[in-house]
Amino acid sequence: MAIKLKELASTREERLVPGHRLCAGCAEPTIIRQIVNAIEEPIVIATATGCMEVATSVYPWTSWRVPWIHSAFENAATTAAGAEAMYRSLVRQGKIEDKNIKFLAIGGDGATYDIGLQWISGTFERGHKVIYICLNNEAYMNTGIQRSGATPLGAHTTTSPAGEVLPGKTQWRKPLTRIMAAHDIPYVAQASPHRWRDLMEKARKAVEADGPAFINVISPCPRGWRHDPSMSIEVAKVAAETCYWPLYEVRNGTEWTLNYKPKEKRPVTDWLKMQGRFRHLFTPQFEHVVEELQAKVDEEWERLLALCGEK
Amino acid sequence: MAKSIVKALDGAQAVSNAMRQINPDVVAAYPITPQTAVVQNFSQYVADGIVDTEFVTVESEHAAMSACIGAAAAGGRVMTATASAGLALMWEVVYVAASMRLPIVMSVVNRALSAPLNIHCDHSDSMGARDAGWIQLYAETAQEAYDNTLQAVRIAEHPDLLLPVMSMQDGFITGHGVERVEILDDAEAKKFIGTYQPKHSLLDVDHPATYGAWDFYDFYFEHKRQQTDAMSKAMPIIVQVGEEYGKLTGRKYGIFDPYEMDDAEVAIVVLSSTAGTARTVVKALRKKGVKIGLIKPRVFRPFPARELTEALKDVKAVAVLDRSVSFGAMDGAGPLFLELCAALYSYGNGRGPLAVDYIFGLGGRDVIPAYIEQVAQDLLRIAETGERGDLVRYLGLRE
Repeated sequence: MAIKLKELASTREERLVPGHRLCAGCAEPTIIRQIVNAIEEPIVIATATGCMEVATSVYPWTSWRVPWIHSAFENAATTAAGAEAMYRSLVRQGKIEDKNIKFLAIGGDGATYDIGLQWISGTFERGHKVIYICLNNEAYMNTGIQRSGATPLGAHTTTSPAGEVLPGKTQWRKPLTRIMAAHDIPYVAQASPHRWRDLMEKARKAVEADGPAFINVISPCPRGWRHDPSMSIEVAKVAAETCYWPLYEVRNGTEWTLNYKPKEKRPVTDWLKMQGRFRHLFTPQFEHVVEELQAKVDEEWERLLALCGEK
Repeated sequence: MAKSIVKALDGAQAVSNAMRQINPDVVAAYPITPQTAVVQNFSQYVADGIVDTEFVTVESEHAAMSACIGAAAAGGRVMTATASAGLALMWEVVYVAASMRLPIVMSVVNRALSAPLNIHCDHSDSMGARDAGWIQLYAETAQEAYDNTLQAVRIAEHPDLLLPVMSMQDGFITGHGVERVEILDDAEAKKFIGTYQPKHSLLDVDHPATYGAWDFYDFYFEHKRQQTDAMSKAMPIIVQVGEEYGKLTGRKYGIFDPYEMDDAEVAIVVLSSTAGTARTVVKALRKKGVKIGLIKPRVFRPFPARELTEALKDVKAVAVLDRSVSFGAMDGAGPLFLELCAALYSYGNGRGPLAVDYIFGLGGRDVIPAYIEQVAQDLLRIAETGERGDLVRYLGLRE
């Protein structure tokens, strides 16, 4: 299970190759490379409409050295499920050889938290062996930074702008990882690209799970979050250190494991101050929003500690 | 002629029997009235181990077509079935399936669209999808629904086409109506369908393919042109498959089914089950010496513009019966009429019949022979006087 850096450097041919058009500092290609390079088996990928999709498949080129399909925004899970069903059918009928192919679906938070939730839920209920990866950059970045169900309280987006009276987004965020865990599927995890070994091991666990798997990965977006492109991995790191984005896994909906517990839990302001999207919160008018945000982070963290048997 | 057995089946059972014989690698479907029986019957085949199909019981029709797309791109035979709101819900991905050139076959049991809610037959569902890039076949009877389903597989998978096919029948009228249906011997059906060898499959991991790339203005237009080009090649292939099927079963299929058209002075054009009622009326009128004929189009997409124009060139007046409305179109006409008018104008060399449209049967409103007789009377008057009168009329409507 343990992944060794040396092995990775020597054995693996890249599956997502350079030349794609993702922004400088975007965490998405880093995350996807970590995941697909952790998987040794042949893979088929379905990608939802979004940054990852448009930037890697500009006809007549493709950045994918694996079979890849994009159908629509909301249905990556079901597209992968259809391919997986075909694979099972053809192997069972003896029409093709069993190559132990793994099926991945990739979507942003818009595709996952919002528009595609039903398709993912149905795919998981039916038990398709599909690994769903959510690249969570906390807004509809591909269309110009609109709020999603993953956008946190107080974040400025173009559809939840900070204004004279409103502090950016006025709602918290959907507890999506918990919702996915509630499907009682074999493997659900939350991860971050700054803990690459953890993320890659989670990818392996997802592949080895006997059924559907889901990994929610935080993906800092310099354009939408308003931080320096060189700081993306650092921003992800502070998200974990403030317990805004805890790293954990859930097996079968019941076995909760915390993968990272900071020695000292940093205040969420450390994370907020790194990002221009929260700049307006540091004014007398909206400082109560920071308190509210901290309270939400604390509440979720305490709840998680209890679920993981850490308290 | 190949062996076959005669059964008393409703249209849904007829289609599910065709599906049993096709034995698709994947079926992804969601139940909706009046298609439900198709899915239920097929579920039983799966439960009894009669088919090898991986049956994906999705949570919506959009998911049904989404799964079909993933499955078809993975290189096997794929089918689904739907109706009405179900087809409307999958609308987005109906286009994706055609644009990715995936030879999916979909059985549609025609039903009205909401609102108000109505579960009975009209053609607003499939007519709403007429520009989605699918071949469309319409069946008059359960027998035709069965026959079209088998042929649809051959048409869709033809290497020059690779276009999905929608195979329609009328909800409840044939969908739930028990009729005499000849079911081809299983082995013969299997032989007719043949095997499918996809050119590119997602499962060919040694030769990775990219499906559904992102086109800018530099390529999108050409890809759309390729789709119209494929559609333009469909008609001779549909005819060829129909002839081959005819040799096998004695039931030859073409583009449309003409009845008493040789010396007809007036004609009715109508799709699906209503053609049966119209034929009875035409037959009775012919006995009285009325020179009336009937054309029942089987293929609506691609639209047989030249063929219908040719078939109607010597007719003085034609009535199109439309079981759906193209709201806001010319005088509120229906799609069959609009397409036919365009054809007569474009290919009729300035000649051709006076044409009128009758909207009928919306939401399952019954069509009785008296209505068709009324149409015939109207046509004879138009032919005699040369005065067309109202362009669009209604049959069986309280006003």
